[in-house]
Amino acid sequence: MPKQIIKGREIVANDWTLLRAPEAAEGSTAEDAATAAEALTVPAGRVIVPLATWLAQRDALASRAAAGEIGVWIAPHEDPAALREDLPRLALVAVDFPKFTDGRGYSHAWNLRSRLGWTGELRAIGDVLRDQLFSMQRVGFDAYDTRPDRSIEDALKGLTVFSETYQASVDQRVPLFRRHARPTPAAGA
Amino acid sequence: MYQYDQYDHLIIRERIEQYRDQVQRRLNDELTEAEFLPLRLQNGLYMQRHAYMLRIAVPYGLLSSKQMRMFAHIARKYDRGYGHFTTRQNIQFNWIKLEETPEILSDLASVEMHAIQTSGNCIRNVTSDEFAGVAADEIIDPRPYAEVLRQWSTFHPEFIALPRKFKVAINGAVEDRAAIAVHDIGLTVVHNEAGEIGFKVMVGGGMGRTPILGSVIREFLPREHLLTYIEAIMRVYNLHGRRDNKYKARIKILLKALGVEEFTRQVEVEWEDLKGTEQTLTLEEMERIIAYFQPHAYKSLPAIDPAAAHADNKAFGNWLKRNVKAHKVPGYAAVVLSLKKTGVPPGDATAEQMDFMADLADRYSFSELRVTHEQNIVLADVEQSQLFDLWQEIKAHGLATPNIGLLTDIICCPGGDFCSLANAKSIPIAQAIAERFDRIDFLHDIGDFELNISGCINACGHHHVGNIGVLGVDKDGSEWYQVSIGGAQGNNSAIGKIIGPSFSAQQMPEVIDRLLQVYVRERTPEERFVDTAQRLGIAPFKEYVYATPIETAGRLVGEDEYA
Repeated sequence: MPKQIIKGREIVANDWTLLRAPEAAEGSTAEDAATAAEALTVPAGRVIVPLATWLAQRDALASRAAAGEIGVWIAPHEDPAALREDLPRLALVAVDFPKFTDGRGYSHAWNLRSRLGWTGELRAIGDVLRDQLFSMQRVGFDAYDTRPDRSIEDALKGLTVFSETYQASVDQRVPLFRRHARPTPAAGA
Repeated sequence: MYQYDQYDHLIIRERIEQYRDQVQRRLNDELTEAEFLPLRLQNGLYMQRHAYMLRIAVPYGLLSSKQMRMFAHIARKYDRGYGHFTTRQNIQFNWIKLEETPEILSDLASVEMHAIQTSGNCIRNVTSDEFAGVAADEIIDPRPYAEVLRQWSTFHPEFIALPRKFKVAINGAVEDRAAIAVHDIGLTVVHNEAGEIGFKVMVGGGMGRTPILGSVIREFLPREHLLTYIEAIMRVYNLHGRRDNKYKARIKILLKALGVEEFTRQVEVEWEDLKGTEQTLTLEEMERIIAYFQPHAYKSLPAIDPAAAHADNKAFGNWLKRNVKAHKVPGYAAVVLSLKKTGVPPGDATAEQMDFMADLADRYSFSELRVTHEQNIVLADVEQSQLFDLWQEIKAHGLATPNIGLLTDIICCPGGDFCSLANAKSIPIAQAIAERFDRIDFLHDIGDFELNISGCINACGHHHVGNIGVLGVDKDGSEWYQVSIGGAQGNNSAIGKIIGPSFSAQQMPEVIDRLLQVYVRERTPEERFVDTAQRLGIAPFKEYVYATPIETAGRLVGEDEYA
């Protein structure tokens, strides 16, 4: 069975290849990893490449990007603002969650949607699990490459946990107190 | 107090269903323990030494009598007949079964309560002044803003996996009773020169391994900008707080690394385009929330001297002196019910006491109670003329110990008897000290005193800001206690200084005794212990405490008496 992802609220075939640098050796630094990523060979087809790969090979990848074949993924320690000028050339942006307990990706998504104007597909990759999907959707993700050892049908349920939320985010720019006339104590008593 | 509307009810109901399903998946092994852990923590469920512990949120410490009765019900039905009020104004139950937690949450929801974000690396329950709304020295009631923050932070989608836990406290009085300087964010509600309401914003205080007092990053933030400004702080922290070492992950470390100026600059830059967005508070919303915290229907009463009719009753006089606080309305007083009776672990209350306190609230105090961060309970609106009757009632239930703010009003974490993080037990130390000094005249002579005990460096017992702070440490597998003096909370917050090598549990009462002897010897007539300790520094205390060996064979209350 081909690998599937959730897009919007549907389960669809994943027609993108995710390119990651080989697992870094023990004791290597973030710079080592970036250097390794810069030198990666980008395979044929639609590929999501590391930010460092894109920044190093952007000219070589230009025609493929123009053909809608290139997406870029961002690691927690990276700044999506590095893509500011390039976003119009990309078909997809992904944000990596190496561990679901590292919440930087939520702010990256928020920044991509709210400040960098990214309106294309924003995909969560890595340790992406059902119980985090609701929050991911709220901060602007619209695609989820859920962990392959878990049922994707189950994961889908994570998107519909709450029907109301208090605060504004990307999915709902208007907080509850501006959306609804909420009761005062006299009226509510 | 605030009452849930249909939206609050809906969100809590959907939360319980989500959590019930998570528990079921854990029991079916569809979730690993590692995956379940942050989920249950964000619902206040810890795995302790003997069982699960469930921590229930008491938003800014305010409770209705109905809610207190529900705690009694939970204590009886799901626990062993008691609960423990915490230094963050919450309550925790120590003998909980995982399978029963969804039912407990349903019971709580029926009285508009929950356990959301009482733990985990997220924004925790916002704490405040236990005398908010009634304190004679209050400038602005902080509770409406605490409620605004509660709603905004509940399931905030972007800040659910922060580098570390995040605690906000808010004060609106002249005296800071909310310990704002030792919180990740400490807010003070203030007026500016034009008479507008806003906040002084302090960031980066905290205890734990690196105790540090918060720094003011903004002198005046107009109140409508509360949420967008805090969002800016949170985003800077979420993106840049350290995640490589949990002991360096709190916002205080980030602020220290960047410096106050640079940190402030980053927050202000982050805030620039948030300012004025839809999340900005409307006047209508602020007024709507404020309307829930209007003064009660107070009678028009003369202010009286409650001691006058009972001048010969010294016990009542002692209680009035320590446990009764000034109220802004003439003829009323706020009463602190002491959960620090010698022989009982600090902050513990039985189901019977909870029911009884709820009854008292109904009969004496507009059906409301408050939990203090010193782990006592407050009846905030008692008529002065009824104080004597109230006192007589509570004596019989072990709630009238006249020791509020005294040596035996000890702040103490659950420690090694319950907590799996602890290096050492803390309750038996508190017990032994309370027994040693269980003489009310002596305690009143020693006067204002904060003795704070933590069983480990996480500092749930606030030892850094105790006038005497006791920290349990592990040395080669046995339990030792490090002692510091000169710490203080409130407007003149200070971090205590360690006096020297640590002590065994058995030595602790004598150590405290010797520290007190130095104080009694050296004090000027006006000085409290903390003043003397701060004036003289640790030298004379250290010299006397370590001058001669201290017996190590003393009696200490054992774990089993509380297990």
